[in-house]
Amino acid sequence: MNQEELNNRLSEIEPKLTGIERTTDNRIYLLCEAENSYEVNKFLFEDVPLRFVIATGIDSDDCFEVLYHYSDDEIGFVVTLKAFIRDREKPSIESISPFLPGAEWIEREMHDILGIEFRNHPNMRRLILADDWPEGVYPLRKEVKK
Amino acid sequence: MKKEIKKPVLAVGALHPLQEEMEFFQLTIDGEIVTDIDVRISYNHRGIEKLSESLQFDQVPFLVSRVCGICSASHPLAYINAVEEIAGVTAPDRAQYVRVIINELERIHSHLLWVGLAGHFIGYDTVFMWAWKYREPVLDLLEEITGNRNNYGNVKVGGCREDIPNELKPKMLKEIDKVGKKTEMLTNAVLDDPILHARLKGVGILSKEDAIKFAVTGPTARGSGIAIDVRADDPYAAYGDLDWNVISQPEGDVFAKAVVRLLEVLEAVKIIKEAVKKIPDGPVAIEVKEIPPGEGCGRAEAPRGETFHYVRSDGGNRPVRHKIRAPSYVNVPSFKASCIGEHIADVTITLAAVDPCYSCTERLAVVDGHNKVIHDYESLLRMSRERTSRIRKEIGAPELKLEDL
Repeated sequence: MNQEELNNRLSEIEPKLTGIERTTDNRIYLLCEAENSYEVNKFLFEDVPLRFVIATGIDSDDCFEVLYHYSDDEIGFVVTLKAFIRDREKPSIESISPFLPGAEWIEREMHDILGIEFRNHPNMRRLILADDWPEGVYPLRKEVKK
Repeated sequence: MKKEIKKPVLAVGALHPLQEEMEFFQLTIDGEIVTDIDVRISYNHRGIEKLSESLQFDQVPFLVSRVCGICSASHPLAYINAVEEIAGVTAPDRAQYVRVIINELERIHSHLLWVGLAGHFIGYDTVFMWAWKYREPVLDLLEEITGNRNNYGNVKVGGCREDIPNELKPKMLKEIDKVGKKTEMLTNAVLDDPILHARLKGVGILSKEDAIKFAVTGPTARGSGIAIDVRADDPYAAYGDLDWNVISQPEGDVFAKAVVRLLEVLEAVKIIKEAVKKIPDGPVAIEVKEIPPGEGCGRAEAPRGETFHYVRSDGGNRPVRHKIRAPSYVNVPSFKASCIGEHIADVTITLAAVDPCYSCTERLAVVDGHNKVIHDYESLLRMSRERTSRIRKEIGAPELKLEDL
């Protein structure tokens, strides 16, 4: 896939996005709301197709962000989908593990450290936190002291 | 009422003090065949991502070089790539070459370490002795260049901390040439050896489809016919200027992964030789005063695969978020695909084939439904070795004894 083909494929999913940002020549950030993330992820992984790298959970001040990083290895691009979860009280987003088993661990990890609920996750046990860690304390949230 | 049938569980793990990745594998077994696997990790979670948010941009490389003792050049480099992307700076050419040389030396020592341990696990200690002996001069070179055998602490935003003195070049070429010749001999020995063929071929196969689904990287992916390598796909440091090949093998078994690693050592030797010859004169660092607000994705090809770092800056002197993805994080879950249907005697080497860490194998224990240990590490190692010697007899290979040599 060359750069133009990638741009064409990405434009197909544009109605589901709220914006596209390019920071450098080979880094693309796609912005979307949490309710569209499952569909966009499925499109990126299965239809484009891109290689899944990892996801990053971030506690931003007014929302949670889940960043899904994908790589196009033919042209060396990193395509990152930023999904915004606006509900700070009960943050939740659809799990992508059913079609992407490689994302199972990282979703469990984000659940542990940020308290984001991944709906329809096949195995939502603790991954990072110890068994005796208190419920409801999420170490990567900003209110938790370093 | 349906009665739940208790299946025997093979517990592999959990802790080993020598390596920082601690993993616990629970294999459900039916006779000698593995039918399911469950992995538990994070017995020693150190919260490096959270710690990183409390350090200044210049301090973080020292922290992330401690993510892994063996990949202690790749992690800082991936982080630096991300920060330099945010700052929009490029390190001087000489620094790019110094980065390549240190990272490739790291790859050689890591791959040789793996080859040696893989040989040890299947009862082939000759390979272990050879590989580790050849690895030693590489560590000596790293010590001479950076002052440390591991945890080099040599990269920083905008370049490198220490230069490689030009006087050292002839010695480096000579030593690395020796390593290359010996690895070539070792590679030929492995490729020719009927016992290694019989023991490793067709074992622990990870298909290409599964490799994509589990998003594996590095030799684990390249051993399954996926020729991805960040050094070639998204070139960083000076890799774009150098002439080398991405190694891949289509079979997906343990043998393919071993071949990939051995051939990669030879490629690394080639890269280092070319880099030492081509390294330009000049400064090794430029001054970077401020990191502007923004975000960056940095990648580096560690010995085990792609190391990915995401850094976000708000314009202050510390990262507001720093995500680290080490290659084993995606390689280890692929055991779900590669171990099921295998013999217990093959699990040791299959688990070791993605080069996660060897801690698991040293704490192997087979327990039945009442938690009674029926096989411990010693007996499993013996089973693995007995299988090797059985195959040796079957194919008529001579039994080697130390006294005969």
